[in-house]
Amino acid sequence: MSDTFILDGEEIPFEPGQTLIEAAKAAGKYIPHLCWHPDFVAHGSCKLCTVKVNGRFVSGCTAQAAPGQNVENRTPELDDKRRTLLQLLFVEGNHFCPSCEKSGNCALQATAYELGMLTPHFDHFYPDRPVDASHTDVLLDFNRCIMCELCVRASRDVDGKNVFALSGRGIDSHLIVNSASGRLGDTDFAASDRAAKVCPVGVILKKRVGFAKPIGARDYDARPISQHVKESR
Amino acid sequence: MIDTALATVLDRHRRDGTRLMQILRETQEALGWLSPDTLGDIASAIGWPRVRVESTAGFYSFFHTRPLGQYRVLFSDNITDRMLGSHELMQALCKKLWLEPGRVSEDGLVSVDTTSCTGLCDQGPAALVNYRAISQLTPERIAAMADLIRGKVPLAEWPTEWFHIEDNIRRRDALLDHGLAPGEALTAALARGPQGLLDEIKLSGLRGRGGAGFSTGLKWQSCRDAPGKEHYVVCNADEGEPGTFKDRVLLTTCADLVFEGMTLAGFAVGARKGLLYLRGEYRYLLEPLEAVLARRRQAGLLGNPIAAHGFDIEIHLGAGAYICGEESALIESLEGRPGKPRIRPPFPVTHGYLDQPTTVNNVETLASACLIARHGGAWFKAIGTEKSAGTKLLSVSGDVARPGIYEYPFGVSIAQVLADAGAAGVQAVQISGAAGNCLADDEFDRRIAYEDVPTAGSFMVFDHCRDMFEVASNFVHFFAHESCGFCTPCRVGTAVNRRLMDKLSAGHGSPYDINEMYKMHRLMQGASHCGLGNSSTTALFDMLNKFKPAFERRLHSLEYEPGFDLDSALSQARQMTGRDDAGAHLREDE
Ligand SMILES: Cc1cc2nc3c(=O)[nH]c(=O)nc-3n(C[C@H](O)[C@H](O)[C@H](O)COP(=O)(O)O)c2cc1C
Ligand code: SF4
Ligand code: SF4
Ligand code: FES
Repeated sequence: MSDTFILDGEEIPFEPGQTLIEAAKAAGKYIPHLCWHPDFVAHGSCKLCTVKVNGRFVSGCTAQAAPGQNVENRTPELDDKRRTLLQLLFVEGNHFCPSCEKSGNCALQATAYELGMLTPHFDHFYPDRPVDASHTDVLLDFNRCIMCELCVRASRDVDGKNVFALSGRGIDSHLIVNSASGRLGDTDFAASDRAAKVCPVGVILKKRVGFAKPIGARDYDARPISQHVKESR
Repeated sequence: MIDTALATVLDRHRRDGTRLMQILRETQEALGWLSPDTLGDIASAIGWPRVRVESTAGFYSFFHTRPLGQYRVLFSDNITDRMLGSHELMQALCKKLWLEPGRVSEDGLVSVDTTSCTGLCDQGPAALVNYRAISQLTPERIAAMADLIRGKVPLAEWPTEWFHIEDNIRRRDALLDHGLAPGEALTAALARGPQGLLDEIKLSGLRGRGGAGFSTGLKWQSCRDAPGKEHYVVCNADEGEPGTFKDRVLLTTCADLVFEGMTLAGFAVGARKGLLYLRGEYRYLLEPLEAVLARRRQAGLLGNPIAAHGFDIEIHLGAGAYICGEESALIESLEGRPGKPRIRPPFPVTHGYLDQPTTVNNVETLASACLIARHGGAWFKAIGTEKSAGTKLLSVSGDVARPGIYEYPFGVSIAQVLADAGAAGVQAVQISGAAGNCLADDEFDRRIAYEDVPTAGSFMVFDHCRDMFEVASNFVHFFAHESCGFCTPCRVGTAVNRRLMDKLSAGHGSPYDINEMYKMHRLMQGASHCGLGNSSTTALFDMLNKFKPAFERRLHSLEYEPGFDLDSALSQARQMTGRDDAGAHLREDE
C-alpha cells in the first residue's frame, strides 16, 4: 500500500520520492504548470504550480509528496494568483495570439483559457527582441519567451549540445544561443533535436510547417489543457 | 592566439570552470572588458560551452561585455547616499565630463552610472571608481575627479585619502572587545574536540547573524552528520543589504577572528577547506585579507595539519549581485554560474558547494563562535535575552549625528540606539535593510532580538523632514535592479512595482495604482522562489500602511482614476510641431 496525501479534499496515492505534481498527474489531477515537463528535471521558475501545503505556499513541481499533507490546488485564492502570474508573463513579452502560428498549440495561451484569464490587466513592457531567422530549418521568435528553460534542459540533458542558456538579470533576462555571432544558424542545432520540440510557447518554431494544421484543429482547440494532462496519465 | 595576460589568469586558476567568477574578474582587471573573443577563449580553455560563460558574464553588474571606458564611476545609490546628495554629485560630474549617466563618453574615456548600496552609508556619499571604493564625496572632490579623469591620471596616482575608509566603531561590547590573540580560540576548541565544541555552540544558543537566525549549533551538526567526500565552510561576506556595513568593519578590524571562526567551523563539521565570498564592492579588502591569511599560515594557524587540522581558506570575490548573499545563489556563484537560488531542499548542509555538505555562515556568526570556543557556551548564553544570546552589531546610518557601528547585547530598544547615535525628530527606522520592516515612532520601545525585532544589522534612520515616498521608491528600484530573474513573480513583479512607483513619482498615479502595489505584495510574498522576492515588498507594505499620506501626496487625484493623461499624451506632438500655445493643450475638464 502506498502513502497518500489530500489534494483539494481527495486522497491521492504517491510513491516515495514523487513530487506533488507527479503524484497528481498519475492520479489524473491537473496542477497548472508551464516550466514543468515530465521528461526533464524540475526547474521551479514559472510558479504556476504554486499550491498550499498545510497552509504554506510551495511549488508543486519541486515539493516532495509526504504522507498526510493537506494540499490546496484549484482554490479561488490560488487560481487568482495564477491568473496574475499569467498576466505578468503576457505583458513581459510580446504575445499577439491572433497572429502567432503557435496559437492553439501554446501552453501559455491554453493555461490562460483554462484559468479564465480575460485580459492582460497590466501595461505591456513591449521589450525589443529581434527574431533570429538564421537557421535553415528553425526560427527563433524571442518575443514570446517565458524563460522556462525547457529548451536549455532539453539541449543540455537530452541532445548533449548546450545550444541555449539564459543571460542577463531580472527583467533583462533573455535567451542566448551557443555561437560567437549569437545566431542559431552558427550553432550545431538541428530540427531533429529534442530542444526543437519542447518550447511551450511560440519561440522555437520549425520553418515551413507553421499553418500545416489549421487553427481550430490544433491541440488545445478541441480540449482544454487540463484534459490533456488527465488523459496522458 | 590567447592574450598573454589572459593565459596567466587561466593558468593561475588551473583552467577550472568552477573558478569562472575569478577568471572573469581578473581578466577584466587586466584587459578592461570582456570581449566576445575573450569569452570564447575562456570557454575553450575551461572546456565549457561558450553560452554558459556568456550566461555568467551577462548576469553580474560588474562584468562588462562591452567597453565602458577607461574610467568607470559608479555612485552608490542607497537612500542614505541620496540623502547626502549623491544624485546631485553624479549630475555635477556628468556635466563636467559632458556625458549622460549610463552612457560612455564619445572618446571612450569614461562612463558614469549608479550602483546598489556599496556599504559605506556611514561615510557617504560613496562611489566606486574602477571598482575601488571612495567615500565622503564632496563637490570639491567631484571637481578634482573630473580633472583627474580628463587628464587621464592613473587611479594609483589619485589622492590616497580619497580611498581611506573609516571604521566608525561607536560602541563596543563582547565581540568587538574580544581581547583574543590569534589562535587562542582555536587552541581552546582543539582541547574540547569537535563534538565538545559543537556542544558548546549548541549550549550557547548562537543564532545566525545573516538574517534568518537559524541555530548555528544545529546547522553545524547537520553538516557534520551529512555524508560526503569533502565538507566545506563558506563565510558569507556578500553584505549586500542596503544600509549594512558591519561585516566590512569586522573584516577590517577583526579579520583574524573571522578566519579563526571559519577554522573552528571546519573543525566542528569536518571540513578541510573554507571559502570566503567577499562582495565585489569590497575589492579593496582583498589584499589586506590575503595578507592576514598568509600571516596565519606562517603562524601555523592555517594549513597546519595539527594546530589547524589541515584547514585552509580561499577568498572569492563577487561581482555586483545582491542575490549572491542568498546562500544557495552564493554557492552557484562560487561554482562559476549566475547567482540564481537553487531549489531547496536539499539544503547546503547536505548538498552545497560542489554538491557536498556545506555550512554557510555570516561573518559575524563565525566571529562570535570564537568567543564561545574560548569562554564556553554558558558564558555566551548569559549575554542578551532568552531567545537571542550574545550581542549584535548594528550598522547605523541616515539622520543621526554619529553614524557607524554600535554593538549591543540583544534586547536593546530602538529608542536607546537612536539616543546613542544622536538622532532627533525621528520619523521612521528601517530595520534590516530594504528587505526588512519599517518602524514608525510609536514603535521605538521595541527591542532588537529574534523574539521582537530581528535584524541582520542594517539600521537606517529617517527624520521628519524626509519624504518616505522617496525611501520606498529607492527600495523598489533596488529590488527591480537586483531580482535575479529566475521566477515569474519577482522578475516581473519587481519591474511592475518600479513602473507603478515611477508613475506616482511623475504625478500620474491614482488610488488604483496603490491597490496594485498591495496586489503585487500579496503575490510576491509567498509565491516567490527565494527570500529576495518574498521580502521585496515588506518595507513597501509597511510604508503604505504607516505613511500613507506620503503616497497620497503624489497622487493625481484621490478619487479620479485616470487611465492616462491626455495632455501629456500630446506632448510629443507638440514637440514635433514646435507648438506650445493654449490651443495645443487639453485641460482636464474638457
Ligand atoms: C536576498 C538575500 C540576501 C542575503 N544576503 C546575505 C548577506 O549578505 N549576508 C549573509 O550573511 N546572509 C545573507 N542572506 C542570508 C543567507 O541566505 C544565509 O541565511 C546566511 O548566510 C546564513 O548564515 P547565518 O546562519 O550565520 O546567518 C541573504 C538572504 C537572502 C534571501
Ligand atoms: S525559448 Fe521556449 S523553451 Fe526556451 S526558455 Fe523560452 S519559452 Fe522556454
Ligand atoms: S525571488 Fe527573485 S531573486 Fe529569488 S529566485 Fe525569484 S527572481 Fe530570483
Ligand atoms: S511548473 Fe512548477 S514552477 Fe513552473
